[in-house]
Amino acid sequence: MTFTRRMILAAAAALTMAPAAVRAQDTIKIGEINHYKRMAAFAEPYKKGIELALKQINADGGVLGKPLEYIYRDDQGDPAEAVKIAEELMTRDGAVMLTGTILSHVGLALSSFAAEKGYLYLAAEPLADSLVWNSGNPNTFRLRASTWIQAAMLAEEAAKTDAVKYATIAPNYAYGQDAVAAFKENLKRLKPEVEFVAEQWPALFKIDAGAEVQAIERAKPDAIYNVTFGSDLAKFVREGGDRGLFDGRNVYGLLTGEPEYLDPLGDEAPEGWFVTGYPWYGFADGTPEKAFVDAYMAETGETPKIGSLVGYLDVLSVAAAIEKAGSTDTPALIAAFEGLEIPDTPIGPLTYRSLDNQSTMGAYVGTLALQDGKGVMVDWSYKGPDGYMPSDEEITAMRPAD
Amino acid sequence: MTEILRVENLKKSYDGFLAVNGVSFTVEQGELKALIGPNGAGKSTCFNMLMGQLKPTAGEVFLDGQKITRQKPREIWRKGVGRTFQITSTYQSMTVIENVQMALLSHHHRLFAIAPRAWKLYRDEALEFLRIVSMEDQADRSCSILAYGDLKRLELAIALAHRPRLLLMDEPTAGMAPTARVALMQLVADIVRTQGVSVLFTEHDMDVVFAHAHHIMVLNRGELIADGDATEVRNNPQVQEVYLGGGTLFKEAQDA
Amino acid sequence: MAFFFAQFLTGLANASSLFLVASGLSLIFGVTRIVNFAHGSFYMLGAFIGITLMQILPGAIGFWGAILLTGLAVGLIGAVVEMLVLRPIYRAPELFQLVATFGVILVIQDLALMTWGAEDRLGPRAPGLRGVWRIFGEPVPKYDIVIIAITPFILFALWYLIARTRAGILVRAATQDREMVGALGVNQAWLFTGVFALGSALAGWGGALQLPKGGADLLMDFNIIGAVFVVVVIGGMGSLPGAFIATVLISVLNVFGVTYLPQSTLVLMFVVMAVVLIIRPYGLLGREEVAGEHGQVGAPDMPIRPYGPVGQALVAALLLVLALLPVFADQFMLILMIDMIVFALFAASLHFILGTGGLVSFGHAAFFGGGAYAAALLVFHTDTPMELAFLFAPLAAGLLALAIGWFCIRLTGVYFAMLTLAFSQLVWSLAYQWRAVTRGDDGLVNIWPSDWLGETASYYYFTLILGVGGILFLRHVIHAPFGYALRAGRDSPRQAEAMGINVKRIQFAAFALAGAMAGLAGGIFVFSKGSVFPTELEIAASFDALIVVFLGGVKTLAGGVVGAGFMTVVEDWLTRLEYWRLLLGLVIIAVVIIAPEGIVGSIRTFWNRIRGSEEEAAK
Repeated sequence: MTFTRRMILAAAAALTMAPAAVRAQDTIKIGEINHYKRMAAFAEPYKKGIELALKQINADGGVLGKPLEYIYRDDQGDPAEAVKIAEELMTRDGAVMLTGTILSHVGLALSSFAAEKGYLYLAAEPLADSLVWNSGNPNTFRLRASTWIQAAMLAEEAAKTDAVKYATIAPNYAYGQDAVAAFKENLKRLKPEVEFVAEQWPALFKIDAGAEVQAIERAKPDAIYNVTFGSDLAKFVREGGDRGLFDGRNVYGLLTGEPEYLDPLGDEAPEGWFVTGYPWYGFADGTPEKAFVDAYMAETGETPKIGSLVGYLDVLSVAAAIEKAGSTDTPALIAAFEGLEIPDTPIGPLTYRSLDNQSTMGAYVGTLALQDGKGVMVDWSYKGPDGYMPSDEEITAMRPAD
Repeated sequence: MTEILRVENLKKSYDGFLAVNGVSFTVEQGELKALIGPNGAGKSTCFNMLMGQLKPTAGEVFLDGQKITRQKPREIWRKGVGRTFQITSTYQSMTVIENVQMALLSHHHRLFAIAPRAWKLYRDEALEFLRIVSMEDQADRSCSILAYGDLKRLELAIALAHRPRLLLMDEPTAGMAPTARVALMQLVADIVRTQGVSVLFTEHDMDVVFAHAHHIMVLNRGELIADGDATEVRNNPQVQEVYLGGGTLFKEAQDA
Repeated sequence: MAFFFAQFLTGLANASSLFLVASGLSLIFGVTRIVNFAHGSFYMLGAFIGITLMQILPGAIGFWGAILLTGLAVGLIGAVVEMLVLRPIYRAPELFQLVATFGVILVIQDLALMTWGAEDRLGPRAPGLRGVWRIFGEPVPKYDIVIIAITPFILFALWYLIARTRAGILVRAATQDREMVGALGVNQAWLFTGVFALGSALAGWGGALQLPKGGADLLMDFNIIGAVFVVVVIGGMGSLPGAFIATVLISVLNVFGVTYLPQSTLVLMFVVMAVVLIIRPYGLLGREEVAGEHGQVGAPDMPIRPYGPVGQALVAALLLVLALLPVFADQFMLILMIDMIVFALFAASLHFILGTGGLVSFGHAAFFGGGAYAAALLVFHTDTPMELAFLFAPLAAGLLALAIGWFCIRLTGVYFAMLTLAFSQLVWSLAYQWRAVTRGDDGLVNIWPSDWLGETASYYYFTLILGVGGILFLRHVIHAPFGYALRAGRDSPRQAEAMGINVKRIQFAAFALAGAMAGLAGGIFVFSKGSVFPTELEIAASFDALIVVFLGGVKTLAGGVVGAGFMTVVEDWLTRLEYWRLLLGLVIIAVVIIAPEGIVGSIRTFWNRIRGSEEEAAK
């Protein structure tokens, strides 16, 4: 009895509860899916970057004469939930394309879903190489420089030193493993005599830092490659610093210079590490980079993170693609994204390569130093992805046949 | 009369303490036999060893000449030994008749069946057993709302459903009002007479024991000190010693 | 040698904070029998409150004073939570309270985000204790030495409190026998509040004490809870010395695992727990749990009956509505219904062993995800046709359940639950780490149905037939002799064994059947989403199912299905809002308090009360 009654009620509730979607076509809607709560520290600056860009674009009349609008939805970091939300955004809320996510596996789920359903998905922050390579598909584009590219930049720098024995430490999941593999492969190619004497794999956000530091110290490496981030990084840096692990050793840190991870370290930021990151404080006046930072700080009252930049570029990419397509139907948008060129962005011109749908966003590399009790990147430079990627043939071979 | 149960030199020790020390006896077919003794004499330990809940330290138990020592309760049940518990143990989430049907499902080896509706199976048969204990009018009540005496009778019906040759009843009248005790034991005696089942029971209430049991065994400190009919046991000096020393109801029982 | 010793010290230093948290959990469980999943949240609160206080209070006195105050503050919060959320539901079915504690987790997560912001905080250094001392030449952080030195005092203080004070004697008495404490004239409600506050305070101290070694962030509640439960279970639930031994054991093993088996970090502690539980089913120093000892057994289940004509007509009408849904509903509605049916089947399969069998599994996602992975692996690696791969999902999940059940079924109660959890973690880590086969965290993608099921509407019908069919099948089994035998083993294992029922074998078969049905749900799931990731095997996935079963009503047949439907709708609706975790947490807590028998159970009770008599209630 109650079983049936409740099911009917539930079904009825489900039928009626979805807010009657505003289907008025007065704005162009983009479905933005992210882990706003689970990854709040990363998603919030990203969202602010988006809002800044939207404000600027819509103040200039929007795209195709209509305001651009992002619909933000929280997927709880669950790929299955993300796929469900994507369907709702596309079929009920009138979104013209999908974007978002930080976690690679959610991005991969959305990518596969977009290909199956014929939607367009622009992956903003996921770093997994397979998103555009091994698991690439024509419906998925990716903005941020992937793991491989950033690891290759660090490997290039590492190859210049005479360090031979390396230790690696990376969180024990796909991203960490990819990052170590990419670093090893690039470094071995550049310097075949290199030897990896210790590989440490702490569980993500559950690092036993003291033990990891002792284990690395025991292997007596010449240099260390770090992929840990977030609370793992903080603990690793603290234990390693206290126990003298970094004394006299070169350390290469993937993403370590990104404000998301560097800022919480405060005055304990590890000096001398060579890292990828985002030196927003170092831009010269008059550059587009600086203009973005100023606008962002004026708008939000906060300093920008790398996520802020990615969110901002995400909107610029979407807007440019819609303008180029001249319409919002998916095939036209996909065609527009292929080889899309955006001349003016905070990091200069940005292109979506038709080869693998990867943007040409690069990464900032530099050395960590302490200034005013805070970690900063010095002697930094911005590097585009060219020269840090496998050859076009290799990439084509990796991508499944379209 | 043929012998149903034979117990030989049964022992149970806990950390060197002998709870049951070399008990031997037999139960005959169609016999209603009581096992009595003061608290801590080892009655429950004995019972639990017969039923397989406890493993004896030494000794053997035979059912119809077949060794059943150290077998699991469910194996002993399969061989035809039913039991009721000192504190009733029934399926609270089932109706009265379903409790009996459950025993019948096990009896007929239908426990793993997933096709039929359980409550439709063996209903008439179950009703027969409820009739024996006069519970048929409560067949469809929830077991969780039964009076205690009714639960005892239900347990009896459950035990009978397997047509046991031997029924072990651990304090069948514990916790019941005196009149209900008499009624229940009368019922048990009737069952022994009409169904041809043998019953071995433990009991505190000497009225019950002396009024109904064909034979009585007395256990004291893990040892059997008497085994005979009511008069023999009553006149056994060792038994008198134990019970008078213990200050129990034995005297009243004698007067009864 | 010096290296070993230094490693050992590292392990001990890690143990001290973990021990504080674990001892709190063990204490709470021992006395109140509440499996408190929110314990990690109190640990997180301890870290954040500790940082805040350390910023206010200067110097060494400020630092240690802040730690002391943090414990008191968190203890106070714990007391409030206990009084508001848990006290109303002590009479609910056993383990029901864990649903409420899950609601508390969600509420605290969002409140912490509102209060302290999203950014990670680095813990302040203990004044004067920066840097290292050299022991046999090996550097050991000064703070490590200090907390290693402090821990015995904490242990002693706890021991003194429990063994030597009147309050402690009451607590111990309550751990042994709660009825007796009531008989001694002690107000049980306040004793529970006090113990819960003390347990929370210990978690808070743990959070504050680890600050100089780490910091505070919003993920630390979930990140520690696994380790804490493992420690408490290995030690024996309710045993403080057990918790201490287990903490040291796990911490030291971890340190050596990091050095000699760096890849082991994900599973080491779960392997240890599985081994300990297989050898000692009640942990190192735990004692056997007696059935019903959890106290709050609540009212016995009602006898069950298939629906009468009216009920059947209503089910038929509902099915008709579902069958006609594609005619009038849009595409997303169908997707939502597919999700709902998949989740309902998953929940129903858990409910089958939990409700009917009385076996609380904390690792049921292993079979849901296992089924999904089995099908996906076939498609991904061998291009098996979808129809064939799909059949493999329930089959593989059933086999997996046979294998896991073989170990678990001999345990009972919370220990059974924790061993299922350990095994599900092993399955998870296999999917997570064996990248050559499973692609790890990158998951298996492009697992789409065959063309004839490619349309959402056709896949909806596929789901409807198999999903609802699976639910009805489980329902049918519950009414069949097998279901009755399972219930008999739950109601009274003693009587069941005494009437020839091999209870463990029945439970084993039921566990496998439930696993296979969860695998069926996983199979439908994977082809509807097109991908599968280790997420589906996570502890959180197991708890999702557990929570909806309890919310729906354990002691009802429709509980799992109704709970799943309720949760799918509520979640879909709430996650559109900014602070959805706070709201969802409050909704869960509200349902738990208003409907302590679950949604279906409470409606039934209400309905019966309207109709009156006791005999009616029995029907």
